[in-house]
Amino acid sequence: MPDLLLELFSEEIPARMQAKAADDLRRMVTDKLVAEGLVYEGAKAFATPRRLTLTVHGIPARQSDLKEERKGPRVGGPDAAIQGFLKATGLASLDQAKIQRDPKKGDFYIALIEKPGRATLDVLAEILPVIIRTFPWPKSMRWGERSARSGALQWVRPLHSIIATFGIETEEPDVVTFAIDDIAAGQTTSGHRFMAPAPIGVRRFEDYEAKLQAAKVVLDPQRRKDTILADAKELAFAQGFELVEDQMLLDEVSGLVEWPVVLMGSFDKVFLSIPGEVIRATIRNNQKCFVVSDPKTGKLANKFILTANIEASDGGKAIVAGNERVIRARLSDAKFFYETDLKTKLEERLRKFDGIVFHEKLGTQAERIARIERLAAEVAPLVGADVAKATRAAHLAKADLLTEVVGEFPELQGLMGKYYALAQGEDASVAAASEEHYKPQGPADRVPADPVSIAVALADKLDTLTGFWAFDEKPTGSKDPYALRRAALGVIRLMVENAIRTNLMQLLNRHIRSFVTAQGMKDWNGTQVDQKCIDLLSFFADRLKVQLRDQGARHDLVDAVFALEGQDDLLMIVRRVEALGKFLDTDDGKNLLAGVKRAANILRIEEKKDGKTFDGTPDTSLYASAEEKTLAKAIEQAKADAGAAVAKEDFAAAMTAMAKLRPAVDAFFDKVKVNDDDAKVRENRLKLLNEIRAATRAVADFSKIQD
Amino acid sequence: MRPERSFQGLILTLQRFWADQGCVILQPYDMEMGAGTFHPATTLRALGPKPWRAAYVQPSRRPKDGRYGENPNRLQHYYQYQVIMKPSPPDLQDLYLRSLAAIGLDSSLHDIRFVEDDWESPTLGAWGLGWECWCDGMEVSQFTYFQQVAGVECAPVAGELTYGLERLAMYVQGVDRVYDLNFNGRDGADKVTYGDVFLQAEQEYSRHNFEHSDADMLFKQFSMAEEACRKYLAAGWKDGQREAHLMALPAYDQCIKASHVFNLLDARGVISVTERQSYIGRVRDLAKACGEAWVKTAAGGAA
Repeated sequence: MPDLLLELFSEEIPARMQAKAADDLRRMVTDKLVAEGLVYEGAKAFATPRRLTLTVHGIPARQSDLKEERKGPRVGGPDAAIQGFLKATGLASLDQAKIQRDPKKGDFYIALIEKPGRATLDVLAEILPVIIRTFPWPKSMRWGERSARSGALQWVRPLHSIIATFGIETEEPDVVTFAIDDIAAGQTTSGHRFMAPAPIGVRRFEDYEAKLQAAKVVLDPQRRKDTILADAKELAFAQGFELVEDQMLLDEVSGLVEWPVVLMGSFDKVFLSIPGEVIRATIRNNQKCFVVSDPKTGKLANKFILTANIEASDGGKAIVAGNERVIRARLSDAKFFYETDLKTKLEERLRKFDGIVFHEKLGTQAERIARIERLAAEVAPLVGADVAKATRAAHLAKADLLTEVVGEFPELQGLMGKYYALAQGEDASVAAASEEHYKPQGPADRVPADPVSIAVALADKLDTLTGFWAFDEKPTGSKDPYALRRAALGVIRLMVENAIRTNLMQLLNRHIRSFVTAQGMKDWNGTQVDQKCIDLLSFFADRLKVQLRDQGARHDLVDAVFALEGQDDLLMIVRRVEALGKFLDTDDGKNLLAGVKRAANILRIEEKKDGKTFDGTPDTSLYASAEEKTLAKAIEQAKADAGAAVAKEDFAAAMTAMAKLRPAVDAFFDKVKVNDDDAKVRENRLKLLNEIRAATRAVADFSKIQD
Repeated sequence: MRPERSFQGLILTLQRFWADQGCVILQPYDMEMGAGTFHPATTLRALGPKPWRAAYVQPSRRPKDGRYGENPNRLQHYYQYQVIMKPSPPDLQDLYLRSLAAIGLDSSLHDIRFVEDDWESPTLGAWGLGWECWCDGMEVSQFTYFQQVAGVECAPVAGELTYGLERLAMYVQGVDRVYDLNFNGRDGADKVTYGDVFLQAEQEYSRHNFEHSDADMLFKQFSMAEEACRKYLAAGWKDGQREAHLMALPAYDQCIKASHVFNLLDARGVISVTERQSYIGRVRDLAKACGEAWVKTAAGGAA
């Protein structure tokens, strides 16, 4: 079967857009083919800085013919219906329609429509221009003379030529005939911009790829990456160094070259006095070069690795020399920034924060830092941190935002703070908190373990969350500009992984007063708290559910635990959820859950029927059967045991106590008819059922658990 | 006057090259401005349907970038070489690469790359897509296809090339400190360096820009320029109808003025972070109003 080759040749496509563009092209063309009834065997797309290429192989040469019967109006039906039928089916008159006998409902017309399949070549000529014109570039542009006219083609950068051929291996393929603006599809492309700029005629993907290779273009981005990585490693190794691997940089660099040539350069050793991260950021961000380390010390060496796009006539000497000069200038700047920063103490920078607005409603950075300090001091005893150290750490944690190095490389925030804090003789824990308090940045990031860092990290995140909640600036849908979801998850992980106990609600309720005066207070577990804090607590519950779901755990159990009043200790909630999850995996758990649900269902129905609830203690004198008495006793026992276990925070023991209910519950349902003819007995039994539900609430609200 | 021997040789080579491409070779605009893009030959001529090709050197003032002559490559006054071609010709990239070859950057020896860089000027209400052009890892030019200028869609689109002349010269001369550039191509006693011409100016203007510029006067000048711009724009509408405009250029001069005065105030550190945005917005409003007027002039394509 025939294959399609499509190449869109343009001026340089931004590296970051290439992979998605290749994928979009493949998806759009193949989706459209399938929609046209053309099922293909395989497809692959590629991108280089100057071209997007797609090969689809095994496409049928023609669409299949379609035969369709369309039912029409009944014979002798109203004229409007008949005219409509003729128009819709394209029949000239009723003579061309068939009559279908139907003795029950009456005879009706049938149109036989035959739609001959079209040649795939024609289908392609129709769909490719539409795909090109509607291609989803993140940003596209107009150019040249045609840009004066409306409807001019928009592309990521000026598009120069299009290859579109279709045919089988053994024959000369056809060119798919279409043109976009003044670019007609053909079978000519160009090779490497500098090394092989002459036009190249191609037939199909196989000779296309080979001819490009000969014209110094490696079409497959993965091959370019492999080459760069292998060559870079080898160059480093040959000199006794180790490449510092960097996937993001590799992705980017491979999108900047069609013919990767890896070279090594060096810089003056005096620059090694700058922190390695600063050197790396300088060389990586500004020059898109890799750094190498000395495997013996693990520290950076005074070398860098660049990826050129040409095989230079001098073997790359001029290229290396040029890059070395630029890197020298960049590192001089970085060294100057770093040394300048060291001359000013971190606390002296803080005054400037008075004039910097953090958020229009949340005030200045200075106000924010003061709040974080207060909160860190409050949290410190809960996490076992020294209050003075936590306060000091919070005081300095953001100071590096105003340093030259962080101004230049924002991704080094925190880390530079640590270096500068150490340089001015701060306590190691205090210094570490500058870097650590931003953690964890996401589900995969490490959680700080040093108490001072934990205190500042919690204070920072809780301040942000409370503040935004105070002003109703919550994340909506995909919009979360202040990364509040990440902050909440961070709080959860900090508390759970470090086993920190809190009365989170009290903490939030006190802190929210830094932002707003009391209004909209609600009763929460016997105390009056700001409604916004209750709202924020349920946001934590949602985050916890998401986290558990991501870990493959049962997130409905979070609901079951949160449904118990007054749950705000994230660590205890997680422990309870874990114990509950384990319990429900056992036979006892499953059966008890079934029993409790059965009780709840019966209660729901009967409560509705009678229009009242059945709370209240059952009357022991009304027990008619042994099962009732046993159940009542078991409930009493389970309540007491589970209650005691929960008080000791031994949730596993609480679950074991619950498990002991199971035989009594099973026996009750087995032997006892709840809806007894005697109304008093019936009511008493319903009260007993209610007791089962109540007893299990010592560990969770079973009604929230999904089956 | 070989381009790799002297700063002026480099400029003369570019002038000749772009003259050969049919560009009007203009002289610098006689006002202080932050970049060659502000020159009306770019900003205003980029608007409207009429073809336009021009090239010129533009002294560019960045008061905040002054370093008292102590930084090897940061200057508060430097030169840009600016090329504007409307509509952008299909071979603009090739022309650009040939201009690099003309000044001695051989593409078989040097690694020349087009690296994504989307250009945006909040003060001009302008944006475009293009690249920064790298030679052996150094950014030597900006290459932009204007999509919008002064709030007006470009139709047709103009291509703009901006060469950082000092940086380019440092590269072709193999010099690490801008002040060491050979300016006139002579040796020995006849040699004039970039430092001979500009070092004292950098020192003096750095003092002025950061320490002594008269902020009160500048605030007044900003308001005056803003008012004058609006006044000239209002007076320029022919017969009071918004069909034809007769004074877009003088009005735009005041917009350039306001922009530069803002840069001076900014360098002086007397504009707060929040005020900054509002000043930029005010200049942009002027630029947009000028663009609106320009497209109602003869050169702007009005009938």
